[in-house]
Amino acid sequence: MGAELKIEKRQGGQTVVYCSGAWEALHLDAVVPALDALSRCGRGRSVEFDLSETTRFDSVAATALLRVQRSLEECGGTVTFTHDDGKKASVLQMVRRYGHPGSRFDVKEPGIFEQAGRTAVHMLEESRGVLDFIGHTFVALWQSLLGKKPWRFKETLYQIDESAIKALWIIGLTMFLVGIVVAYQSAIQLRTYGANIFIVDMMGISILRELAPMLTAIIVAGRSGSAFAAQIGVMKLTEEIDAMRTMGFDPYAYLVLPRMVALIVMMPILIFFADMFGMLGGMLVAKAELGISSTLFLERFASVVHIKHFVAGVVKGPFFAVIIAGIGIYRGLGVKNDTESIGINTTRSVVESIFTVIICDALFSIVFTNLGF
Amino acid sequence: MARTVIEVNDLVTRFGDRLVHDHISLHIEEGEIYGFLGPSGCGKSTLLREIIFLEPIQSGSIRILESDVCGYGHDDVQELRKRWGVLFQSNALFTSLTVAENIALPLKEHTRFPAPLIDEIVAFKLDIVGLRQRDGFLYPSEISGGMQKKAALARALAFDPVLLFLDEPTSGLDPISARDFDALIVKLRDMMNLTIVMVTHDLASIENTLDRMAIIDERKIVAEGTLDEVKQANSPFVRTFFAGEAK
Repeated sequence: MGAELKIEKRQGGQTVVYCSGAWEALHLDAVVPALDALSRCGRGRSVEFDLSETTRFDSVAATALLRVQRSLEECGGTVTFTHDDGKKASVLQMVRRYGHPGSRFDVKEPGIFEQAGRTAVHMLEESRGVLDFIGHTFVALWQSLLGKKPWRFKETLYQIDESAIKALWIIGLTMFLVGIVVAYQSAIQLRTYGANIFIVDMMGISILRELAPMLTAIIVAGRSGSAFAAQIGVMKLTEEIDAMRTMGFDPYAYLVLPRMVALIVMMPILIFFADMFGMLGGMLVAKAELGISSTLFLERFASVVHIKHFVAGVVKGPFFAVIIAGIGIYRGLGVKNDTESIGINTTRSVVESIFTVIICDALFSIVFTNLGF
Repeated sequence: MARTVIEVNDLVTRFGDRLVHDHISLHIEEGEIYGFLGPSGCGKSTLLREIIFLEPIQSGSIRILESDVCGYGHDDVQELRKRWGVLFQSNALFTSLTVAENIALPLKEHTRFPAPLIDEIVAFKLDIVGLRQRDGFLYPSEISGGMQKKAALARALAFDPVLLFLDEPTSGLDPISARDFDALIVKLRDMMNLTIVMVTHDLASIENTLDRMAIIDERKIVAEGTLDEVKQANSPFVRTFFAGEAK
């Protein structure tokens, strides 16, 4: 049975509140509004709480009643409690002794200036952190090249398997479908002009130069960039990275380089793989929609699609790899001492690496165009 | 005679081929501080987790607050969960919330109390576990291990529970904080009429706080009772465990 109360007004402004039922945290919701109303109305009132019928009376109920007492006494009223046993009295006594009337625990929202200042400082720290990260990575790389630190071949191979080999399926399937979609859309247009055979040129250039590298980078960022951030983030949270440091293992040599090298080596291969599946999709549509046989398609492909288009696509691979691995690991190392920051940093690693990949791709376009490549 | 709050009957638990509990039975009375003792890996924590519905009961029965919980559906379990507080070994404070928000969370979720009332309840809980008011504004990562334990205890007490479960409450604390925590547990039991069930290894803690205890060894309960009664038990674990102070 929940908490109940009955208010009885007596002569001379005296109010008696008969409390009954279980006055405990779980069942107090029903009476809290009534208690609020009691504590608001009237000055100089005297209220008596009769607790003898309550089956339970806990510190939460006592806190609520003492709040009523306080606000009534502030405007000159009096509040008394009557109870049948010592237990209820001692609960009231305990809350009087340990309670802190009027305590508030709101976390202050920072004002606009404070926020601007914090953001500015945060951005400065961030840029310092990025430089720091790049510097450390290069030092670790240099020392590994000099042979001062051993190469972590096993770890690198593991990362190659985890982030590239296991991604082959999804990359192949995605590019196959993208090839079909692009070819299908252009087939309709090309047929109108009777330019059926040009589907080969179009597919070749767009997939090899742009679509395959970009989509591969996006899939790898989503799969591996986020995995790097989350894994290294948790390692930081559980002090594994500190443990490595104390044992004399440089986290940059042990965690950063294997992941980065794995992606740098594998991205061009993944892009090549994506090229093949994209073209396969295009070829199927060309046959089905435009009646271009596979032989004709491949012959035309060999003669019109210059090798430079393939190179222009694959060359981007290592750059995208550095961006994805770098941002993923950097965000992982940026995890603070709470679980929420793992989520934030993982999200940011994916969003930032995709965004940076696109910017990098745009720069490549400009550079290649100016070089006549 | 005191009311029996928890009664475990013929509980059998096995993980794969490994038998963890072989028909164990025990009862815990109202107002007691009751301990589960035993060598590591004997299933003390599993027993605790079964009582608080974190592990399914495989065979046997558990009665809590005088009703059989084995047939409980979702709503009954949710109701019962509000009647106890649990302090985990690793505290399990929510790291993205301040200490005060951690304590306020169960109140905010399960009641419609106005914010000032919730804050006052939080302030009271902070005080009884021995934390300062200003500690309420800090995040769990900003306070020491001992304070984290107290904060987690305050959160377990948010609802003024009838039952309090503690999993190795003094592990990871220095001896001074640990004794301090023992005293706190006894004080809270007396003040708030709690029944406390704890898993512990800490000898001093056993002596200072426990009224009765059960020793689980070799899949069975080898002894149940007060410290003196338990010491008489004929078990290799009891002999080695209490050997240091027997002389």
